[in-house]
Amino acid sequence: MTEAPRTTSAATPPPAGTPQRPPMGRLARAWDSDLIWSFRHSPLAMGAGAVTAFFMLIALFAPWIAPQNAFDPSSLNLMDGFLEPMNRGATGNLHVLGTDNQGRDLLSAILFGSRVSIIVGFLSVAFSLLLGVSLGLIAGFVGGRTDAIIMRIADIQLSFPAILIALLVFGIVRGFIHPSQHEQWALGVLIVAIGLANWARYARTVRGSTMVEKNKEYVQAARVMGRSSFAIMREHVLPNVMGPILVIATINLALAIIEEATLSFLGVGVPPTQPSLGTLIRIGQQFLFSGEWWILMFPALALVLLALAINLLGDWLRDALNPKLK
Amino acid sequence: MTRSKEPILSVRNLRVEFPTRRATLVAVDDLSFDIAAGEVLGVVGESGAGKSVTGAAIIRLLEPPGRIAGGEVRLAGQRIDDLALPQLRAIRGRRIGMVFQDPLTSLNPVFRVGEQLVETILQHLDMTDAQARARSIELLAEVGIPAPNERIDAYPHQLSGGMRQRVVLALALSTNPELLIADEPTTALDVSVQAQIITLMKGLCRRHGTAVMLITHDMGVIAEMADRVMVMYAGRMAEIGPVRDVLRAPRHPYTRGLMGSIPSLTGTATRLAQIPGSMPRLTAIPKGCAFNPRCAEVFARCREARPEPIPVGSGAAACWLYAPATQERTP
Amino acid sequence: MIAYVLRSLVQASIVLLAVALLAFSMFRFVGDPIANLAGQEATQADREELRKHLGLEDSILVQFGRFVGGAIKGEFGISYKQGRKVSDLLAERLPATLELALLSTILATGLGIAFGVYTAIRRDGLIANAIMVLSLVGVSLPTFIIGIGLIYLFAVELKWLPSYGRGDVSSFGWWTTGLLTESGRRSLVLPVLTLGFFQLTLIMRLVRSEMLEVLRTDFIKFARARGIDERKINFRHALRNTLIPVVTIAGLQLGGVIAFAIVTESVFQWPGLGALFVQAVQFVDIPVMAAYLMFVALIFVITNLIVDLLYFVLDPRLRSDRPEAAK
Repeated sequence: MTEAPRTTSAATPPPAGTPQRPPMGRLARAWDSDLIWSFRHSPLAMGAGAVTAFFMLIALFAPWIAPQNAFDPSSLNLMDGFLEPMNRGATGNLHVLGTDNQGRDLLSAILFGSRVSIIVGFLSVAFSLLLGVSLGLIAGFVGGRTDAIIMRIADIQLSFPAILIALLVFGIVRGFIHPSQHEQWALGVLIVAIGLANWARYARTVRGSTMVEKNKEYVQAARVMGRSSFAIMREHVLPNVMGPILVIATINLALAIIEEATLSFLGVGVPPTQPSLGTLIRIGQQFLFSGEWWILMFPALALVLLALAINLLGDWLRDALNPKLK
Repeated sequence: MTRSKEPILSVRNLRVEFPTRRATLVAVDDLSFDIAAGEVLGVVGESGAGKSVTGAAIIRLLEPPGRIAGGEVRLAGQRIDDLALPQLRAIRGRRIGMVFQDPLTSLNPVFRVGEQLVETILQHLDMTDAQARARSIELLAEVGIPAPNERIDAYPHQLSGGMRQRVVLALALSTNPELLIADEPTTALDVSVQAQIITLMKGLCRRHGTAVMLITHDMGVIAEMADRVMVMYAGRMAEIGPVRDVLRAPRHPYTRGLMGSIPSLTGTATRLAQIPGSMPRLTAIPKGCAFNPRCAEVFARCREARPEPIPVGSGAAACWLYAPATQERTP
Repeated sequence: MIAYVLRSLVQASIVLLAVALLAFSMFRFVGDPIANLAGQEATQADREELRKHLGLEDSILVQFGRFVGGAIKGEFGISYKQGRKVSDLLAERLPATLELALLSTILATGLGIAFGVYTAIRRDGLIANAIMVLSLVGVSLPTFIIGIGLIYLFAVELKWLPSYGRGDVSSFGWWTTGLLTESGRRSLVLPVLTLGFFQLTLIMRLVRSEMLEVLRTDFIKFARARGIDERKINFRHALRNTLIPVVTIAGLQLGGVIAFAIVTESVFQWPGLGALFVQAVQFVDIPVMAAYLMFVALIFVITNLIVDLLYFVLDPRLRSDRPEAAK
């Protein structure tokens, strides 16, 4: 009945003719079939992925592909201000998307702005992730009062809107920095502020998983063998939490980008010489009634596309990794 | 067995499918059986054999994407598998009652017991609120709940597991249905309570002439309560017959394996007998008889053709061993 | 029951005290209050005076106590930037924000529940899918974009509604409201829509997912097996169970609305607390920041308390103090 000698641990031998599968690691198995299948069969997810990838690329290559360096005040010519899309400026450059009130080429501004937004987004997510995962691991592993305190703080942080926390942190940190240095530090402070506003979700998830894993036999065995807590956390708990963390991080990225845009819109984000998409929208709003609609429209469109794409990706990822929906 | 009356439930060639994005699972495949009025038919099998699905299919309560893909179901001669929803609802709870495994999750936690009883009664019977409430108290007394006029205002979480299952029974039998489908009614209960509930069910159904389709994997419950028993395997019937016969002298090799694997308090056995292998996945049912890869008495025909239930004694077995052509092997 | 209430109150007080500590620390340690209040021209003697006046010589504990005492009375000192009493500023701006927050919450909750239930019951209908897509958009879009979009549509293109300010407001003592005048009402429309939109999508998705969960439970299956009709199942059985967690989560969201109003107020130049806070952050106006913080914390704590109590009322499982019945 069987064709070739096979090692099988299943109770029933597989039907004759099944191709043998190579042994796969846990991550590889997760990536196989279901997740990629789900991706390939969801046009929405693929579209979102494409848009996101597109933005990442232009953000990466902005300094090289933008017609004008939007962050260099000396390259701006006020005479070129308020040009409608598809017009030439005084220097002869074609401004595909028009210019803003300071003569900034809007296309370049959007490219550079996306770059700032995405960089701030990624760095703040990295910050939140590191902070949240570490605190979560500690809380879950150590337990007791440490756990209670950390979780309390996380709960409180989660119940306050991120904008508020980010604003608060921003304000406080600024209080420590002399006004003349505000601009220099703005980006860093922004990243820390947004990062601090978003760590709690990671902490909660990781803490939950840590507590589950902590009580499993193989962890106790490792402890008996004398492995350090740190090693155990890193080797056993972390791999199990990767999935949910990925989902949280993706959704968090969209949130971080929106938070940065909002803060910049409010005027307390990136410095005015390095406008992000939020700053551009703020500028654009002033000219809504006077007819220069493009100053608002294109940056807004870019931001919306970016945010939507990442959100859709995160949504899809969450559904795809959710065992309950299978 | 000669029947003087028409069977209360008649299932013919029932087929239930679960279309998924990979393949279509056949949970129940060409199943046919009858239940006579007032009779208790046990339906037995391993997990995944299709017992619960059969019960759910009878009143079309399948979890989506499950659907009935073929066959007929008749209640007292009248077809019910193709009824429109409003007519189906008139049957559900009124002429066919159903109880599920877990009594705690079967009751809505935010409504009192009495509210749920009255609601069911008023849905099907024409009564005033006061009459319905009085009837509810009667029902609670009948299922053996002490101080029913107090307990009627209790919330489900205030009652013990056994009490809750009694309430569930009261709800299912509140309109005096002709058939009760009981899906693992005792599995979630403590052993001591199980016996009480079985006795209660037996008494109630005998008294009211309710037929019962008793779905369980517990042979002990079958032995206590059923008149006949049907053994299911991989969505098909393996064997059916009077309880005594099937338990004492099982015909189908699968049933024999099942009986053999029940540990006995008497007798000496050094090892627990096990049927080698496991039930096939619903997407990979073997050709011919579904049990053939695990059967100790398998022969060529078993792998080729699927056996129809063949009458043996007072029952039937879906096994080629009992076909007229293989008579030399009949016990 | 009493124990439950007491416990909630104690927890609330702890949270408030913690926030007060944070606010106080901001006051005391961020920047130099003396420099800010005294200004450039002040002499050393003036600064000493101010020091004594502000009580900065006393121990930290005493200062904290004084801070808390002042906070309870609503006294937070003088704004660094505007030179006026913080409490006056707060009182001036509070009605604007409260009106906005309350109206948008009512809108969001009402419509959110309605849409949520609809999309849960008619899972695969065309309208339901359209609403779901829109809700995804709503969750993804930043509030200020929605606000600007609405302004563009209704103020610039259609010219139906004003794009900034509160319009004419009527005052009653210390309170002001825009509901009594035509222009006041019209000015409310877009900001309320903007602020409410995000909440609405949140509540709607929450209601939908909760209801879908409930519709999968055994007791709903059992109700169906008993022949109860779909309408009763959806609106009596499922809804009751759905609303319990929804009420709590929605209630907690309410506290956040006050803070979310920050963005909406900026977009529409709405003279509320949020706009005040943003200004304070820009100019590092600590007293105002601290006062706003305390205020938001207070709102949170109050809504949390109300939600806790509501949960208690709605879910009979929490009320049971009767011992389990004998088997």
